[in-house]
Amino acid sequence: MTLAEKILALHSNRDSVKPGDMIMAKLDMILGTDVTVALSVEVFRNMGAEKVFDPDKIALVNDHFVPAKDVKAATLSKIMREFAHEQNIPNYFEVGRSGICHSLLPDKGLVKPGDLVVGADSHTCTYGALGAFSTGIGSTDMACSWALGELWFRVPETTKVVIEGEFQPYVGPKDLIMYIINKLGVEGARYQAIEFTGGTIERMSIDGRITVCNMAIEAGAKTGLIAPDDTTRAFMKKFPDIEGVYLKSDPDAVYSQVLNVDVSGIEPLVAEPYLPSNTRSINELTGVKVNQVVIGSCTNGRLEDFRATAEIMGDNEVHPDVRLIIIPATPGIIREMLAEGLVDKFIKAGAILSPPTCGPCIGGHMGILAKDEVGLFTTNRNFRGRNGHPESKVYLAGPQVAAATALTGRITDPREVV
Amino acid sequence: MSNNKLNGKVFKYGDSIDTDVIIPARYCTSFHAEDLAPHCLEDLDVTFASRVKSGDVIVAGHNFGCGSSRENAPIAIRGAGASCVIARSFARIFYRNSINIGLPILIAPDAVDGIEDGDQVEVDPTTGIIHNLTKPGEWQADPFPEDIEKIIKIGGLVNYVKERLAQVYDEAVET
Repeated sequence: MTLAEKILALHSNRDSVKPGDMIMAKLDMILGTDVTVALSVEVFRNMGAEKVFDPDKIALVNDHFVPAKDVKAATLSKIMREFAHEQNIPNYFEVGRSGICHSLLPDKGLVKPGDLVVGADSHTCTYGALGAFSTGIGSTDMACSWALGELWFRVPETTKVVIEGEFQPYVGPKDLIMYIINKLGVEGARYQAIEFTGGTIERMSIDGRITVCNMAIEAGAKTGLIAPDDTTRAFMKKFPDIEGVYLKSDPDAVYSQVLNVDVSGIEPLVAEPYLPSNTRSINELTGVKVNQVVIGSCTNGRLEDFRATAEIMGDNEVHPDVRLIIIPATPGIIREMLAEGLVDKFIKAGAILSPPTCGPCIGGHMGILAKDEVGLFTTNRNFRGRNGHPESKVYLAGPQVAAATALTGRITDPREVV
Repeated sequence: MSNNKLNGKVFKYGDSIDTDVIIPARYCTSFHAEDLAPHCLEDLDVTFASRVKSGDVIVAGHNFGCGSSRENAPIAIRGAGASCVIARSFARIFYRNSINIGLPILIAPDAVDGIEDGDQVEVDPTTGIIHNLTKPGEWQADPFPEDIEKIIKIGGLVNYVKERLAQVYDEAVET
């Protein structure tokens, strides 16, 4: 069996499962956010449910429209807050202690290797970075999960991506996953699990693995996952009471397709509007004028991303025609950035720090684009209208390209400014 | 079986119609159909919400509903009046959400080839038979896997959970 199949078998009390099997599986964690919970609460009540199956296995995170962007958003958070209190859910995260869910949950020890996690957010696939099977669902599925603690799944085929080689300078996990999405296409792994393997992945930090697994959904995948290893064990040491299940694919596991990637040939990449798979080598887009740069999101909002940003920026200032918005994913990451002097450096350079939020990534608030404006974001989607006016445009890239672009006001190869 | 046939005019779109164009996040501070429907597909086709009539049918290419997990997307489509979506393929969260809220979705690549924008079509969501009334053409949509068919037949996942919960609460009372 593959890693994905093993986790699903473990949670459905079966010795084995195979792609295509329909199973009911027990859930270890159910994630909801301010944008999806209120509807689930309504569905939960309408189905006659009274108590959630286990308050400890539910996380409710304020991240999408917070700090509340308007009265309607405030009402969504209020419904979630009242439900958390009514059901005695300990892992309710209020503004100030909350952060972007897919960074917050790993840092709070709420997901662990071998878990089966669902979340009413499509980027829930991120926790595959820790060797969990985690996938996005809608609000009705979440309400049913709260009630029963289990959910139906079709066991997915697994696409295997074998990644070898050393990155060129200023090329990293974001460039890698954009390269892979371009090779697979936006539905190249539809309904499937993607397992990322190989020497490059084995050497990659948890922050980098989070970036890679986060965007599996952009190839249509149900989850993206990496076999937990010593790097995972080191990360989980922060939570000595939490015991994960460290599984890996069998040598004779069956894959639906195998993609081999040599990262040493990958240049800094940028995805053009309006699909994350529209990946181009940076030299095809160098010079495109940019109004706003956003560095953050569940894809690239971790400490390593901001270290990479700082390395490219040096002591230079943000171009006067550019708004550079930096969004650390959690309060914990803000403290790490403060300790390393990164916040001071960014503010001095003319950037501004936003509280942790999904805001501009979903066109919610905190940096919306006007008609004909162009953004370069380290986020995960550049669909039409997603980040503002339907005639605005967003290019996707990693933090190195974003930092270089913020300095010049035009899409810039980071190797040219360092 | 024919009393639940759907009949409407086709609105045809391309590949990878994502949930951001189906219903932009800026409107997702509400999950009520009446708030969402006027903005359905507005970033792709600003005239859709005003032209669509009850029963009309959306036909599209590959990967319909890709992107976010927002259930607001199928709610907006149904709220706008569309009776079903026919596509070459659906993104998986949209697929689950549609089944869960009872929006009929049909995977029928040949029908997508044979149907044009503005055609009048008749769709039987029970049998999956799609009939073009404007010009000759009849197609059979791919059948749902057996277990998903069961969920559809009992009226969606909520009804399944209701039954399960009734059993759980009954057992709790007895013991």
